[in-house]
Amino acid sequence: MNQNTETAAAMNAAAGTAQTATASGPAPGSFGGMAARSSAAMNTARISIRDLNFFYGTNKALKGIQLDFPERQVTGMIGPSGCGKSTLLRVLNRMYSLYPGQRAEGRVMLDGENIVDPDMDLNALRAKIGMVFQKPTPFPMTIHENIAFGIRLHEKLSRAETEERVEWALTRAALWGEVKDRLHSSAMGLSGGQQQRLCIARTIAVRPEVILFDEPTSALDPISTLKIEELIDELKQDFTIAIVTHNMQQAARCADQVAFFYLGELVEVAPAAQLFTAPREKRTQEYITGRFG
Amino acid sequence: MDRPVEHIVKSYEEELKRLRELIARMGGLAERQVADAAYALVRKDSEMAGEVVGRDAPIDALEREVDAFCVRLLALRQPMASDLRFIVAALKISQDIERIGDYARNVAKRSIIVSGQPFIGGLNGFQWMAQLVQRNLKDSIDAFVRDDADLAERVWAADAPVDDIYTSIFREMLTHMMEDPRNITACTHMLFIAKNFERIGDHATNIAETVHYAVRGAVLPEDRPRADVSSELAPPQAPAA
Repeated sequence: MNQNTETAAAMNAAAGTAQTATASGPAPGSFGGMAARSSAAMNTARISIRDLNFFYGTNKALKGIQLDFPERQVTGMIGPSGCGKSTLLRVLNRMYSLYPGQRAEGRVMLDGENIVDPDMDLNALRAKIGMVFQKPTPFPMTIHENIAFGIRLHEKLSRAETEERVEWALTRAALWGEVKDRLHSSAMGLSGGQQQRLCIARTIAVRPEVILFDEPTSALDPISTLKIEELIDELKQDFTIAIVTHNMQQAARCADQVAFFYLGELVEVAPAAQLFTAPREKRTQEYITGRFG
Repeated sequence: MDRPVEHIVKSYEEELKRLRELIARMGGLAERQVADAAYALVRKDSEMAGEVVGRDAPIDALEREVDAFCVRLLALRQPMASDLRFIVAALKISQDIERIGDYARNVAKRSIIVSGQPFIGGLNGFQWMAQLVQRNLKDSIDAFVRDDADLAERVWAADAPVDDIYTSIFREMLTHMMEDPRNITACTHMLFIAKNFERIGDHATNIAETVHYAVRGAVLPEDRPRADVSSELAPPQAPAA
């Protein structure tokens, strides 16, 4: 990971920012093989957050966040309720713009553009950054329409191309085999796990660059959860992924790097194997071992 | 990292405490075994040696208990960070202590045989070596019980004198054997005894390394100071037949 860490560090230095949060060395004492996944090259950042502050009215919910989301890797975000991790997801796709009184300052760079810039084209942004929510949110229409609907919003495709894209999305979401014979029945008849995979299919159908998962499995049973986790592992070949989860084991299983938030601050970010075996910060240590004061 | 704050789940905190106590008890038993085995050797006390041989079983039983307890904790508590390192360390340390118990028993068994043989050479080296490894063993267990990474690091660096003594005993025994083939039986046993003490010292060092990792989360460097060169020694001058 050294070369890429150096790259990240150099980028940070160039941006005049602290390196502590983003550049982390190889896990000093992580257990053998487990380190391999996480200390494998951290790719260049797809999203770079610098000096990000976020306000709900006068309440400052995010304080000076510096964080890189490496391309085609999974970044897990953990922390107690109210720590700002979900707020950060809402910043990344500008969901907060729906609400007056909420504002962000700082830089969140994606493809050379600052996401939090008021002039940002939100439709274009949301085509680039997809989001999957805690509870599956299928539309009350057919399985096929759930996918095709979003595609038609963003692209002009021929009927055949649309069909092809629907099949591709459902296949990538590991759902095609289960629904291919009932594409035109209602999506509401699917199980919770299937509905969530449908939502993932709907998200990837418009070919975003980044997928945000906000506690994607908290409403699912353990087997459906593992299927989603396996899916996330496959999707990272093509997408940059951020996942907010309350389940530490899930962050440990899915994420390449993990960021711990507390009271609106980013306390520590490190490769998963390092953060869960030998975190540097005392607050991280206390939180992940269940000793929170 | 220190563990000042208690775990939110009290029963988990209790379990971690119990694991610490189990290791402390195992360590205490092993310390006594090593001390008594050394005493039996130096005083030619076969009765004491017999007791040492008979007292190995409780250490083995504790090792099995620690094993099962750690596996249970890993499965049921899914420990993270310092807890994870602590439990993995306990698992490893219990194996080290079990081996130390085996070596002490072996010293005792051989000391019974040696006590019936004609006297060869001095036992000062053995006594000194036994004292050093006992101290290292005690310190490494204390380091574990108190989360004391500094003490662990000192133990880790303090094994070289043990190796020095072992090397000199090796030379001495070689000389005795060359002087008179009738010494070979006793000297061979004495060599094994010295080797056992040397191995006990190595396991104490292993424990110290493990404690250091458990407390600090960082491993010590690969190359520990070593002085055992016996594997490179050849008889000074093989007598021409």
